[in-house]
Amino acid sequence: MHHITTKESIYKLLEQVFDPEVPVLTILDLGIVRDVILGKEVLEIVITPTYSGCPAMDMIEVNIKAVLQENGFEKIKIKTILSPAWTTDWLSEDGKRKLLEYGIVPPMGPSKSKRALFASADAIQCPRCNSAKTEMLSQFGSTACKAQYRCNECLEPFDYFKCH
Amino acid sequence: MNYKLNYILHLADNALILGHRLSEWCGHGPVLEQDMALTNIALDLVGQSRSLYQLAASIQDEGKTEDDLAYFRDVIDFKNVLLVEQENGDFAQTILRQFLFDAYNFHLYQKLLKSSDKQLSAIAEKSLKEITYHLRWSSEWVIRLGDGTEESNRRINEAIEALWPYAGELFIPATYELEAVKEGLGVDSASLKELWSTEIKNVFDEANLEVPEESWVQKGGKNGIHTEKLGFLLAEMQFLQRAYPGQEW
Repeated sequence: MHHITTKESIYKLLEQVFDPEVPVLTILDLGIVRDVILGKEVLEIVITPTYSGCPAMDMIEVNIKAVLQENGFEKIKIKTILSPAWTTDWLSEDGKRKLLEYGIVPPMGPSKSKRALFASADAIQCPRCNSAKTEMLSQFGSTACKAQYRCNECLEPFDYFKCH
Repeated sequence: MNYKLNYILHLADNALILGHRLSEWCGHGPVLEQDMALTNIALDLVGQSRSLYQLAASIQDEGKTEDDLAYFRDVIDFKNVLLVEQENGDFAQTILRQFLFDAYNFHLYQKLLKSSDKQLSAIAEKSLKEITYHLRWSSEWVIRLGDGTEESNRRINEAIEALWPYAGELFIPATYELEAVKEGLGVDSASLKELWSTEIKNVFDEANLEVPEESWVQKGGKNGIHTEKLGFLLAEMQFLQRAYPGQEW
């Protein structure tokens, strides 16, 4: 076992693991690391998926293992839990700032019930020109976590990290 | 124990088969945004089926994996309802199939949150967030098509005529469902009919569509008696694993 043995130092290492689909976010920014358990022999990392079918999860597991192995940990177990279900409320403030700088509008407001049919889409500002004259093109975007929007002022399309 | 395995497989098969059907739209959607919506929903459903197959494999305890359950069972082993294996048809038919199923699935998973099985209720909690988006999307499209042009209205009506006989099976519980209800694991599907009917009626009313009369029902899927369409679907979906068993990414 490596000399690093505090939880904090493990979290520090996990800052090196990025979301492969939104590469400005670390898995800590995303809020998908639920726990770090330092066993006597095994280091266990508990994660939760953003969406059931998120194809990034398998790659994230591989990348977590790689970073920890590079730092001397041999027995690593990645455990996936589903409950409580991930919500965009767990995105870090720093993560939201990085998203916006990257051109993806972070989720506005807390995750809420989307039960209501035709609930009005969230009012979103264009990340390029800040205009409020935007419209939603589709609830479903280039990845499971994003919706597609268009700015009617500067006419640029953009992604919105939707509330979930 | 068998009822438990069968119940989970039934849920998993519904998700996988519908997810696979939707994936057939990849690159063929009517517009880019809707092509992506269809494949996003496919991805959610296939993801949900993975969680359910993992749970089924652990119940089975024979050292099998989610892949074994998805790729090495034959038509008669699949327990999905006939509705989800029906072909995509035109966009209207795909939308209607999705809506009829989403309206059912939404209420089912809401009740599964209270399942006595902790893992199943966790899967339901995760899936429900996604299914809520699906139902919203398919409802919106039923209304758009029903209340749209003459042609879109004609097409969605044709879809209703083609698919309505397959909806009734959702509410006829199989033996394993009844046992799962007794044990607190599952939900009595017959009890969902009223919620479902209200959901359908509200959307159909807004879409200027008429809810068909109760009629004869096509059934059998829950017990492995399928339409001829499932065999062709499996032939394509399972080909790679059948030809090269054990291949991984």
